[in-house]
Amino acid sequence: MPKIDRSSGLSWRKHTTKKELTIWLYWLIGLSIVTYAWNLISEKTIWFFVQDAGTQAIDIGSRMVPPKLSYMDKLWQPVWDTINIATIGTIIALIIAVPVAFAAAKNTTPHPLIRTIALFIIVSSRSVNSLIWALILVFICGPGIFAGTIAIGLRSIGFCAKLLYEAIEEIDHNQVEAIQATGASRAQQMLYGIVPQVLPTFAGVGVYRWDINIRESTILGLVGAGGIGLQLNGSINTLAWTQVSMILLVILGTVIISEWISAKVRHAII
Amino acid sequence: MMDRSGAITYPMTWKKPPYIKNGSIRRSIYFFSALYLAAAFGTMDVNWTRVAEGLPRAERFLDAFFPPNFADNRGVVWDGIQESIWMAIISTVAGILLSVPIGLGAARNLAPKYIYLVNRAIIALSRTFPEIILAIFAVKLFGFGPFAGFIALSIGTIGFYAKLLAEDIENMSEDQAEAIKATGASWFQWINYAIQPQVMPRMIGLSVYRLDINFRESAVVGIVGGGGIGATLNTAFDRYEFDTAAAILLIIIGIVMCLEYVSGFLRNRVQ
Repeated sequence: MPKIDRSSGLSWRKHTTKKELTIWLYWLIGLSIVTYAWNLISEKTIWFFVQDAGTQAIDIGSRMVPPKLSYMDKLWQPVWDTINIATIGTIIALIIAVPVAFAAAKNTTPHPLIRTIALFIIVSSRSVNSLIWALILVFICGPGIFAGTIAIGLRSIGFCAKLLYEAIEEIDHNQVEAIQATGASRAQQMLYGIVPQVLPTFAGVGVYRWDINIRESTILGLVGAGGIGLQLNGSINTLAWTQVSMILLVILGTVIISEWISAKVRHAII
Repeated sequence: MMDRSGAITYPMTWKKPPYIKNGSIRRSIYFFSALYLAAAFGTMDVNWTRVAEGLPRAERFLDAFFPPNFADNRGVVWDGIQESIWMAIISTVAGILLSVPIGLGAARNLAPKYIYLVNRAIIALSRTFPEIILAIFAVKLFGFGPFAGFIALSIGTIGFYAKLLAEDIENMSEDQAEAIKATGASWFQWINYAIQPQVMPRMIGLSVYRLDINFRESAVVGIVGGGGIGATLNTAFDRYEFDTAAAILLIIIGIVMCLEYVSGFLRNRVQ
């Protein structure tokens, strides 16, 4: 603990002088990066529009109330589609994620090369946002729910497989050994030794991802991949602000309900 | 186990116990899941002929990856990538700066009830809507360009970071806080010496993680006009330049992999 002698006596400081200087250096580097970034962004900004934002916000805000409640009649179908995109997408992702996770876990992978491939699948699925997947898929298989479902599925594989393979790597090996001692084959060891241990994680991850997917599937319509985003995009483009606020309310409600369900189910599992 | 004649017999077969023990709950879960799936697939309107038509297109798209075209639109792509990176950095910094007071206010053991409720409401509001929807409104208000993306991502960061900060503060050890309080520290000294050291390691890790998320999101806010590499990607798709689109996707994957590695390394070091 560094102490300094002052005329007023001993006093305490948190860091030594050397450490303090290093901390200041880090701050200096950080600040210069941020200033540089800010300069770059502000060069590309039209400040007139930014100054105008307050009045714009009040203007749009006043146009958005009251929400057009009667528009709800046309929203039931999109909401149902949105939920289906999320649910079926999650199911597809889970089905594909299980073999990928077993291939990616150190203790169950058949070969290091296969492990590398599985890890690459996980990373590329995770790095590409579902909206970009949707953009690609709308081009390939046409606009509609199908593209959205597959996009959600592809995006979720990486997430589910990552959490699942980490759970597989952390299992208790005694149980697997016990199954092995009975003369079980490798497949039986997995089925009776590993699967029961990771099943709660599997269910938890599935429900958690489903909750995230509900949120993501509300926006897929922006690129034409079905769901309530389609109505949102249409309403914004036609400047029907009362419809926009109604849609936002519906999204808010759906997200809150799905979050509540997910929390309940995860609480029941764990 | 004894049979009727009194001889001891052992069960020779074994069945795996079901995951959900209560039979009627298990059966009703199965029943309703099947019912839901039937309804969902029944109302899913898929145009299979259109999907089949898409297959050659998928082939064309995959072909574009071998090899991706990094050269032709190098200038535009490089600009977009830079814009995305700077946008991610600055929105992470701004978001975290705003998150600290909000997070402190949303911790039940620090703030009085009404401040707590206000801050929790701010967090809930900024968490509900996906960054893209925030970006749509930011573009309407602030005009096209990276500034709109910056605003959207900063708001998204608040919802994420302030919530985790508040939860971390609520879970901290009270002993250290009490010890510092007993020395007669002022409120700021108390925060600085009792609470900040306890939450700092986890928060540094989370800020790098959020930088990673913000970069990924900055790749899509461009689709609605929020600047960054997403705008470039969208243009590449619109112009059917799939080789360029493939190159952009590979660059995004590469940067995200690097960021993930860095954040893992940093988290290991600080914890």
